[in-house]
Amino acid sequence: MMLDYMAVFAPLIAFLLAGLLGKKLGDGFSQIVTCAGVLLAAFVSVKLFFSVVLGMSPITLPVMNWISSGDFNVSWTLRMDQLAVVMMCVVNIVSACVHIYSVGYMYHDEAKSRFMAYLSLFTFAMLMLVTSDNLLQLFFGWEGVGLASYLLIGFWYHKPSAGAASMKAFIVNRVGDLGLTLGIMAAFVIFGTVQFQAIFDAAATKADANFSFFGYEVHALTLLCLLLFVGAVGKSAQLGLHTWLPDAMEGPTPVSALIHAATMVTAGVFLVARFSPVFEYAPDALMVVCVFGAVTAFVAATIGMTQFDIKRIIAYSTMSQLGYMFFALGVSAYSAAMFHLVTHAFFKALLFLGAGSVIHAMSDEQDIRKMGGIWKLIPLTYLMMWVGSLALAGIPLFAGYYSKDLILESAWGSGTAVGHFAYWMGIAAAIMTAFYSWRLIILTFHGKPRADHHTMDHVHESPPVMLVPLIVLTIGAIFSGALLYGGFAGVPHEEKLHAVSAEKEMAEEVISATEDQMEHAAHTEVKTDEDVDPLTDKGAFFGETIFVRAEHDAVAMAHSVPSWVKNLPTIMGVAGIALAFLAYSLMPSIPARTVKIFKPLHQLFFRKWYFDEIYDVLLVKPTQALGRALWVGGDKAIIDGLGPDGISKLARVIGLGFSKIQNGFVYNYAFIMIFGLIALLTWVFYTTIGFQ
Amino acid sequence: MMTDFPILSLMTYLPLVGAILIFAMGGQKSGHDVGADTRAKFVAMITSLLVFGLSLVMMVDFNPHTADFQFVEKKVWFESVGISYHMGVDGISVFFVLLSAFLTPICLLASWFSVHTRVREYMIAFLLLETFMIGTFCALDAVLFYVFFEAVLIPMFIIIGVWGGARRIYSAFKFFLYTLLGSVLMLVALLTMIIQAGTADIPTLMATEFSSQMQLWLFLAFFASFAVKMPMWPVHTWLPDAHVEAPTAGSVILAGVLLKMGGYGFLRFSLPMLPEASEFFAPMIFVLSVVAIIYASLVALAQQDMKKMIAYSSVAHMGFVTLGIFTFNMQGIQGAVFQMISHGVISAALFLAIGVVYDRLHTRDLNRYGNLSKNMPLYAVVFVILMLGSVGLPATSGFVGEFLSLLGAFKVNHVIATFAATGVVLGAAYMLLLTRKLVFGPKINDDAAQMTDLSLREKIYFLPFIILVLWLGVAPAYVLDRIAPSIEQLMSHMNSKVHVRMDVGYGQPNVGGAESPQALQSPQALQAPQVPNTLNELSEPDVSPEMSSGLPKEGQAQENGAEPVGRGQDKAQDRAQGNNSRAAQTHSGPQRTHMDHKK
Repeated sequence: MMLDYMAVFAPLIAFLLAGLLGKKLGDGFSQIVTCAGVLLAAFVSVKLFFSVVLGMSPITLPVMNWISSGDFNVSWTLRMDQLAVVMMCVVNIVSACVHIYSVGYMYHDEAKSRFMAYLSLFTFAMLMLVTSDNLLQLFFGWEGVGLASYLLIGFWYHKPSAGAASMKAFIVNRVGDLGLTLGIMAAFVIFGTVQFQAIFDAAATKADANFSFFGYEVHALTLLCLLLFVGAVGKSAQLGLHTWLPDAMEGPTPVSALIHAATMVTAGVFLVARFSPVFEYAPDALMVVCVFGAVTAFVAATIGMTQFDIKRIIAYSTMSQLGYMFFALGVSAYSAAMFHLVTHAFFKALLFLGAGSVIHAMSDEQDIRKMGGIWKLIPLTYLMMWVGSLALAGIPLFAGYYSKDLILESAWGSGTAVGHFAYWMGIAAAIMTAFYSWRLIILTFHGKPRADHHTMDHVHESPPVMLVPLIVLTIGAIFSGALLYGGFAGVPHEEKLHAVSAEKEMAEEVISATEDQMEHAAHTEVKTDEDVDPLTDKGAFFGETIFVRAEHDAVAMAHSVPSWVKNLPTIMGVAGIALAFLAYSLMPSIPARTVKIFKPLHQLFFRKWYFDEIYDVLLVKPTQALGRALWVGGDKAIIDGLGPDGISKLARVIGLGFSKIQNGFVYNYAFIMIFGLIALLTWVFYTTIGFQ
Repeated sequence: MMTDFPILSLMTYLPLVGAILIFAMGGQKSGHDVGADTRAKFVAMITSLLVFGLSLVMMVDFNPHTADFQFVEKKVWFESVGISYHMGVDGISVFFVLLSAFLTPICLLASWFSVHTRVREYMIAFLLLETFMIGTFCALDAVLFYVFFEAVLIPMFIIIGVWGGARRIYSAFKFFLYTLLGSVLMLVALLTMIIQAGTADIPTLMATEFSSQMQLWLFLAFFASFAVKMPMWPVHTWLPDAHVEAPTAGSVILAGVLLKMGGYGFLRFSLPMLPEASEFFAPMIFVLSVVAIIYASLVALAQQDMKKMIAYSSVAHMGFVTLGIFTFNMQGIQGAVFQMISHGVISAALFLAIGVVYDRLHTRDLNRYGNLSKNMPLYAVVFVILMLGSVGLPATSGFVGEFLSLLGAFKVNHVIATFAATGVVLGAAYMLLLTRKLVFGPKINDDAAQMTDLSLREKIYFLPFIILVLWLGVAPAYVLDRIAPSIEQLMSHMNSKVHVRMDVGYGQPNVGGAESPQALQSPQALQAPQVPNTLNELSEPDVSPEMSSGLPKEGQAQENGAEPVGRGQDKAQDRAQGNNSRAAQTHSGPQRTHMDHKK
């Protein structure tokens, strides 16, 4: 039992040790203690994976009471159910890789202790987020990861751009948090509690409840879900509140891999998946989630095609992939979204760490226009970038293929208009994804070297301490998809298949399609499948932690979509790769000509759809101006002018003699107080005597 | 528990004794009498530490399970008019006493080397201040309270006026003008109440019924004083100036304790003694609170002076306090009290932190600093933790107070709570800006880069703040549990008062008159801003049987009356239902949601 706590608290202990003693005991101490802490946590998480997920026995570990005020009671509790443990495994494994990688990557930095401590702090906060048992603790983790992100983006605080980016990340996220805070309060008003299980149990009974918000009668659960989703939009960089993510690349690359690709940004996906029992009763909210995800996937991909900073390209790709996850959530394919979250964590962390390896080799150069011709010099990194990109593009056998296809098939299979819209957006994003991935690979590694010879002389493969984590992630990026497909995609058992087929009249096809996948599924999962209520049956991984209403079951439908729907994503992936080779390797004049022909469109993409500029004009500048106006106009001119300053001026005009008051103000005040007291006492004595 | 040991009086007057001792020890009048100055410092420090020790004893002996006043001392002064020497603390006031006793020795330590002129007078001023502060929170007699409450300002004036900055005269004068207005009105209100009730005893006054018409006027008079003290918008402009000109320790006490007197006053006088007027004016206070939160945050964003920025942030944070108090529910009021305690810790520490760099560079201009993480790493850590507390990050004390008061507000009115919550975003904006310009950012100023990290003395006084910010954030139960009984009692007391009146006044239709709350419909009363109150809008006649149990049927029949009088009855009835439901919640009743079950 004690050991289970360590899955969450080991990184906290490591953070405290490194933070408090790091300076005294040296950087080596900090590196060892933080890596050990996270490795321990990773080890315990994997152990929990076997007992909780495969053994289907979720556990709850109490810690202590937190806030209790009247009927509002919240405690610190670790809820380690299937969904949480899957997340814990992802967080801890990627975090362990990044911790070890950082030992090498930050070798030349002065503040190694501080960096390692922040990484562990982040890991702890993320674990608190995923294991929370109530909304408030989730909010603690939510803000905790935001804090760690803020500290790490601004890690090189002397760089003005890093300072600005860290502030932007925190404040934009706070806008999302505003929604989440209101969501927590709405949950409390609707359900009388913020404890997850109590909310989920009562969700069905509140399905028809209304809620008066800003004078409008709205569907209570839709409102709640949309408020929570605002938080998710902020944290997961969905369209509208995404502007912080590309800027967050100012942080050291391991940070980008861990926080801004693999874990923190997926917190929004986790939140929606966690709240599936509530979202299921708020179909309008799901629709919004779906549309947001689909549009984000598309817009981010368009921007990704035009950028030149190696990390920003990958950042936009992250945003785009998060969009995939959200539209999967929006069609109730929660387990598909979680599946993509897991595979994405591996291959995106791999891509980022690979990019870090490149940046490291190129003496901190990040512009791909100044790279090229280095693949022979850093072959291992090159190979791993290929693996990561293949997985990202959804090429068969690599991890992304399974999860991305499942998402797209689910979107189509849901049969709704928004689902089909999301499918086409996803298809469009898929070809762009493959295109920009290979644009990155070709410009970075191939062609003639475009860096100066100084830099080229220094190009070197990274040390083993950086390569080992890359290899671990490479394995994940290749095999996690095939290995986990059965668990996440769910293996519908016979009765259910018939029920589904009765509606769709495609029973035969479904069974034949799923029989192949049966082989992939672990035996335990197949066995336990029989016990699960058909209503809630989904990826056997998640047991009852993810709830899907039967009529929404998009993942089950995903097995019965037409074959062209299944094959199109792969075709698009290959086409994108081919296009990239054509444009950047075979006929290098194409990009320039295309840009010239589609100048306005290219500008739109290149300038990131002008989000930053629009926000600056509409929000940032007016806020600053308003602040100044209220200060100068409101406080100084109106309030003070009509109040104290005006009165004192008046006093001078009347001729009271301001200087006298100035010198004697204390005495004046004392006088007035004494006067008051005298009046009081006079009255007291008067009445006293009077009564006598 | 030593019930007859006068611990509160001892804590109150010990600093006074210390002050007299310093005065008596004397010293040369002109020039620097270093020996006498040092003696004065030590006497002051020892005295304040003794008081702090006594306050810890008080906390240990404090019974957390009762709402009654504890450590009560009562001596009759003027029997015929009911003025007595009455001291005592309950869950609401006990932490303010503790806060005062905790901050005073830290203030003395912080100004140990930074005060060079008139050291003895400075020490005397601080000791007097401590006497008056503790007296204010312990007094259970209205006259006694008034004396302490107003006397606090005298040493504060002197501290700003003598040891303050360049524009100290202007600031102190401004302070004077604002406070004068409020205190005169409060004096009148107090006298009226004492005449009416025939006693100045606060617990007795709480039990006294004042007519509705009278409550309105009394409330406004108290409001004038407490609103200035809070300070609420728009009577807040004295605060930034006072903070800017005050010496560091003065700012610490000002932010840490003096700003809490307004909130304490609302809880001690306005709510229990004038419950109907409190409910009547709650919408206006909500609006003012939200304006304060947003307005002050925006103005803070525009500041270049570090102290002004924190001062405006105090105005915003106090907005959450007034918002919470006037929700009249457990979360709101408990959150407000907690927010006051938390703000007392965090903002006091922030002013100390600014004092640290001010002592080294002698400027408050934000643009002269930067990159302090480099040469003052420990300071940067301290500052960032305090900043996080100020922006209300979970697991810091700031979060608990802010969240609970917002939650309380959300239960009552979503619109207000939503607007208030935007303050959380703006709060992050200005605090991060301050942090970025102060401790992060590129090196701008060579002098700033030469500054040394925290000295041992500074470490000693920051450590308790850091511990408190985190402890109160992770495990706030120690404080919340001790506040709870008193607030429960306050709420049920308010409910019963409005309840009784309602049975008399509202139960029968068409009963008016000066004694009845229908006087609330008087023209001047109606001019107060009306905010859509969800409690009123949403109360359904059939929410639950026990909620309408206390109401005669005729009242319900009037529910849909469209005439103004009928509306007034509706409102009263709704309020009564709200009260009933609140009472039900307090006693483990089912949570009442603003829901409309169509099923």
